[in-house]
Amino acid sequence: MSSTFDTVANIIAETCDIPRDTIKPESHAIEDLGIDSLDFLDIAFAIDKAFGIKLPLEQWTQEVNDGKATTEQYFVLQNLCTRIDGLVAAKGA
Amino acid sequence: MRIEYFQLIDRIVALDVSAWTIRVEAVVPRESTIFEGHFPGNPLMPGVLLIESMAQTAGWLVIALTRFERMPFLAAIKDAKLRTFVLPGTSLDITAKLLHDGSGYAITKAAIAADSKPICDAEITFRVMPFPEKSMRRAMEETAARIGFPMQALADG
Repeated sequence: MSSTFDTVANIIAETCDIPRDTIKPESHAIEDLGIDSLDFLDIAFAIDKAFGIKLPLEQWTQEVNDGKATTEQYFVLQNLCTRIDGLVAAKGA
Repeated sequence: MRIEYFQLIDRIVALDVSAWTIRVEAVVPRESTIFEGHFPGNPLMPGVLLIESMAQTAGWLVIALTRFERMPFLAAIKDAKLRTFVLPGTSLDITAKLLHDGSGYAITKAAIAADSKPICDAEITFRVMPFPEKSMRRAMEETAARIGFPMQALADG
């Protein structure tokens, strides 16, 4: 998880020009870091490339819009990293 | 090319859904009211319309890859370079390639050349979502027929 977090935090810092030391595992990408949906596309692109996965953003957005999930489940970074690890593991299975 | 109607693509020349590439042609009209203002006495194809031409080209590629199920909406332009002036009457060779097929978004790279000389290029990001209205999809299908969209390419890909 820690290396996944470091990779994601570095991507966010570089993509959104956010100081790296302000990005914590408990940070909410939208509410704490102020990342908007367009900037998150850049982050998703970089994450997809870095990990060789495809973040299911459409599914996540739909679940949040339908009230089946909260944004914290997907956009708090430690939760995001857990999901990335899951997608990477599923790819290798 | 009918600039005033934002119909910037004349004809799809090649579409390869397996390789994620498209090539189109477009001829800048010799006369347009746009040239009266851009610029008086020195008509030039506006750079923003060259970028829009690349976006429309890449957009048709995305529509092809989603088999007319989804519509790409322009979201971001990066590293746009306008390398030379384009005069009325110029025949444009526009190409695009999909760099990444994301979930609800697509990253493309497009370029325009004329007489094999590079004119401009950019990385173009789209949000990709279901057509908001059936009428919009119908309109796109009508436009596809007008510009020679090769439906057979979808079957082959």
